[in-house]
Amino acid sequence: MSDTQNGPAKGFLAKHAILERSPTLLFICSLAVVSVGGLVEIAPLFYLENTIEEVEGVRPYSPLELAGRDIYIREGCYVCHSQMIRPMRDEVERYGHYSLAAESMYDHPHQWGSKRTGPDMARVGGKYSDDWHVDHLIAPRSVVPESIMPGYAYLLDTMVNADHVADLVATHRFVGVPYTDDMIAVAASDTLAQGDPDTDAYDDLLERYPGAQIRNFDGRPGVSEMDALVAYLQMLGTTVDFSTFTPDASR
Amino acid sequence: MSSENQKDIDDVTGIDTTGHAWDGIKELNNPLPRWWLWSFYLTIIWGIGYVIAYPAWPVINGATAGVLGYSTRGEVAQDIARFEEANAQISAQLAAADLSTLAENPELQRFATSAGGAVFRNNCSQCHGSGAAGFIGYPNLLDDDWLWGGDFDNIEYTIRHGIRNEEDWDARYSEMTAYDEIFTDEEVDATVQYVRQISGQEHDATLAAAGEELFVNNCAACHGENGNGDYGLGAPNLTDAIWLYGGDVASLEETVRYARFGVMPPWGSRLSEAEIKAVTAYVHQLGGGE
Repeated sequence: MSDTQNGPAKGFLAKHAILERSPTLLFICSLAVVSVGGLVEIAPLFYLENTIEEVEGVRPYSPLELAGRDIYIREGCYVCHSQMIRPMRDEVERYGHYSLAAESMYDHPHQWGSKRTGPDMARVGGKYSDDWHVDHLIAPRSVVPESIMPGYAYLLDTMVNADHVADLVATHRFVGVPYTDDMIAVAASDTLAQGDPDTDAYDDLLERYPGAQIRNFDGRPGVSEMDALVAYLQMLGTTVDFSTFTPDASR
Repeated sequence: MSSENQKDIDDVTGIDTTGHAWDGIKELNNPLPRWWLWSFYLTIIWGIGYVIAYPAWPVINGATAGVLGYSTRGEVAQDIARFEEANAQISAQLAAADLSTLAENPELQRFATSAGGAVFRNNCSQCHGSGAAGFIGYPNLLDDDWLWGGDFDNIEYTIRHGIRNEEDWDARYSEMTAYDEIFTDEEVDATVQYVRQISGQEHDATLAAAGEELFVNNCAACHGENGNGDYGLGAPNLTDAIWLYGGDVASLEETVRYARFGVMPPWGSRLSEAEIKAVTAYVHQLGGGE
């Protein structure tokens, strides 16, 4: 270090020797430099108004749908199915309107995915009958001979534990989904009510979760995991009314 | 370390050193390869140009739009519009067409059949099969045995509104009675044997004879006196060899006891007018169109 007499610029640059000779200091300073990338790329997404556009109709999942969503994650459906229609012509022509960020606003975690061994699920709701979903989940090749999907017949054998679903709903409120105290209080009974169209809770359930489909999805007594999963699949992508949606090109 | 003014030339290579020395090993101060250095400068220039041309920097309410005005959404809308425009004329012609006279216009027919095939493979094949031969519980569309009618109007109505779904109030609807709690076990057996008889299968003649009266009193209202079915009610013809859920004794018994309730979703809300016409024409020409 004998070059400090060569002016301030040289002197400043020469100080890199201090960084190079102290691993701790080098680590701290590199972390600071690397975080700039994160701050510039990620932090604005938290405050920019256009990150999530307001879209009418998106609502938190009903308890039964949420239970089905948990089964979807547990069984690893996301390993082969994405839930995000990309804004490209081929995707839109095949699956429907491209996915909007708002449609995943209550997803914890989101199921966008990028691996498609099977088709995208983002707008599968209402596309097939409940019977088809049940037949297909029990034995995929009974309805789609070319399919390589495994069967999930055992979902029929396990009943949904409504108390656990209530805990699940409370947990989702903890991470930010706006369930009310009232919704959590009746979450357990709502779970069972959605699998049976003949209960008194029908209208209340629809008021809490507009557009929820209330049916015995698997056609068998009791609310099984099959009911929950089909209830979830049948609502995917159905909450937004695209006849009232005007895309903002800048998003 | 060496001084800036006082170059420390490496003896072996004759090249200046950086002045870094560790355990007596010195680092040569070779210049960066020119091609590498210029590529590096070019990426910086490219980056600046990109930021100006395309959406980039986050500001208060959104991101800078970029002078090219590019947007992903704009591009996909444009892309779709381009193909829609190319097909606009023939699509409008198809949407307004009377399908029963489609055969008189070979160009339109060709368009309808191939467009309809694409719609079918994307939307219908999961239940009806990619070759439209159906599966147990999902009708075969290749034959001329129809539940709700196989002329253009009936096929189009079924596609548009679906069957027994909850989404469309105009969906075709009928519900078979479940006879499990109405019939005794013997009566179920007798009815099953009678249905086997009228469909020309092996049957127990005594039971079938007893089943005939049960059939006439209970089943004939929808399936017809002779079991020929009724398009208006979606009641299948029971006298042919075509079965949706199976014509063996076990399947028939399950049908009589618990009934069947096949559901088809409505497509009127998902498909465009031209797409509905196209897939109607496609299904009609598969083999069984009336």
